Amino acid sequence: MAEKEEKMIPASSLNPDKIHTWPHLVRVEFIAGMLATLGLFLWSLLLDAPLEEPANPTKTPNPSKAPWYFLGLQEMLVYFDPWMAGVVLPSLIIVGLMLIPYIDINKKGAGYYTFRERKFAMSVFCFGFLILWIFLIFLGVFFRGPGWNFFMPWEEWNPHKVVALTNIDLNIFVAQTLGIDALRNPWVGCGFGLVLIGAYYSIIPAFYYLKGKTMPVIQELGLIRYNITAFLFVTMMALPIKMILRWTLNIKYVLVIPGILNI
Amino acid sequence: MNIVELKAKIQEIQKTVVDSYVWKSIFRHGYKDIPRNRVLMTASNVFLHLHPSKMRRHGIKVSYTWCAGGLTFLFFLILTVTGVILMFYYRPVAEYAYVDMKYLQFDVPFGMMMRNMHRWAAHGMVILVMLHMFRVFLTGSYKPPREFNWVIGVLLLVITFLLSFTGYLLPWDQLAIWAVTVGTNMARATPLMGHEGPLAEQVRQLTGLITPRYDARSLLTAGTVVGAPTLMRFYVLHCIFIPIVASILMIVHFWRVRKDGGISGPL
Repeated sequence: MAEKEEKMIPASSLNPDKIHTWPHLVRVEFIAGMLATLGLFLWSLLLDAPLEEPANPTKTPNPSKAPWYFLGLQEMLVYFDPWMAGVVLPSLIIVGLMLIPYIDINKKGAGYYTFRERKFAMSVFCFGFLILWIFLIFLGVFFRGPGWNFFMPWEEWNPHKVVALTNIDLNIFVAQTLGIDALRNPWVGCGFGLVLIGAYYSIIPAFYYLKGKTMPVIQELGLIRYNITAFLFVTMMALPIKMILRWTLNIKYVLVIPGILNI
Repeated sequence: MNIVELKAKIQEIQKTVVDSYVWKSIFRHGYKDIPRNRVLMTASNVFLHLHPSKMRRHGIKVSYTWCAGGLTFLFFLILTVTGVILMFYYRPVAEYAYVDMKYLQFDVPFGMMMRNMHRWAAHGMVILVMLHMFRVFLTGSYKPPREFNWVIGVLLLVITFLLSFTGYLLPWDQLAIWAVTVGTNMARATPLMGHEGPLAEQVRQLTGLITPRYDARSLLTAGTVVGAPTLMRFYVLHCIFIPIVASILMIVHFWRVRKDGGISGPL
């Protein structure tokens, strides 16, 4: 009997890299599952789920915060209008995430941790994940108070905190700084904004495409994949750019198309 | 009876049980630690055969997987169990929902514990699914042949957010109603399809559609505000529709992990 069983061992078992799922993996899963369940159990014993007063549509709390995992999106609302921060950008994030395997054609770094072999992909994803997602959630949870104003965590939430609203649109800012009065006209300003955004979306990708003509990576990527990558990257970077513009120059909108949309 | 006799007696009983007709109808193979049984342990068990019977050594390393995907699934199961228990005591009607929460917390045996576990496991699942995605990216595990499974994974990430978000409303307290108001208000700004979105005015003039009562936002909230119909809608989505979609996507996700060559690893 034992002999017969010995014969049934597949040849692959001779490969020292292969191990039996039972007991090796099942043991790890079991321990991890037990520890996680225990942690959840203790956490639930010590900390009660919040239950506030009954829902009252006539009493709006200040601030009204979305669930914590959406606070990154709520933070974007400071810098972009709802159609952009709440609909277009989230949709692009989802689509962009789905496209990652199809635009990252670097064959290296599959199945192991490496930064050196895929610097661009790692940098971009880590920036997006850690800064634009986790950090903004952190900011929203701990540093935003009434009126969505900035408060330090130890600071008292003063609902009457006055923050001067001096934000101006970019065309007005340029008109003031350079003394070009024509830019104050909404339609001239609109054209100015369109040119700026058009330039942002075309010059940067074109610059790197031409600069990288000799780079095998960009050649291999092909025009379509390169353009998708560039579009997603430039769109992602629009958020930190807009944040910096707001913090430093109090810029409200870069583009205002009267009666239609603002960016 | 001395210890030797006792041992012999136990072995005798064990042999009788294990050799019995009933035992053999349940367990098709022995437990003796031989390679064949190790393989059968996985392959002839409906739950364990989610796994291959043999795998590459690095795949069991916690430092490689962080256990994040598996624990996400565990938390989904915990949420299903605690969620079903909560459903026995909760009515998704605006008049009763909050009262039922109080009842659940103060009168139902272990009601508070069930609610706590459901709530914290929900947060835990969101964190774990994000960690899982981060780990899969860092190890480049979406690279061929696993491209499409990454896409399924992104859908599951969205589904997890939606599950958590629809559940957020159900306590029907101030936290719930206003968090969901903030969240759903975004939809009113949907281009073309939200009544305050870009170009919505033009669509309204052309088609007569896209009013506050009939746009992308009211599709979610079943009305112009977060009210009683929203509660019912979110309840059905939370307890029935989204879990079913999540389950289907998980089946595809797990199946494809196997079909795409098991857990990723260096070639």
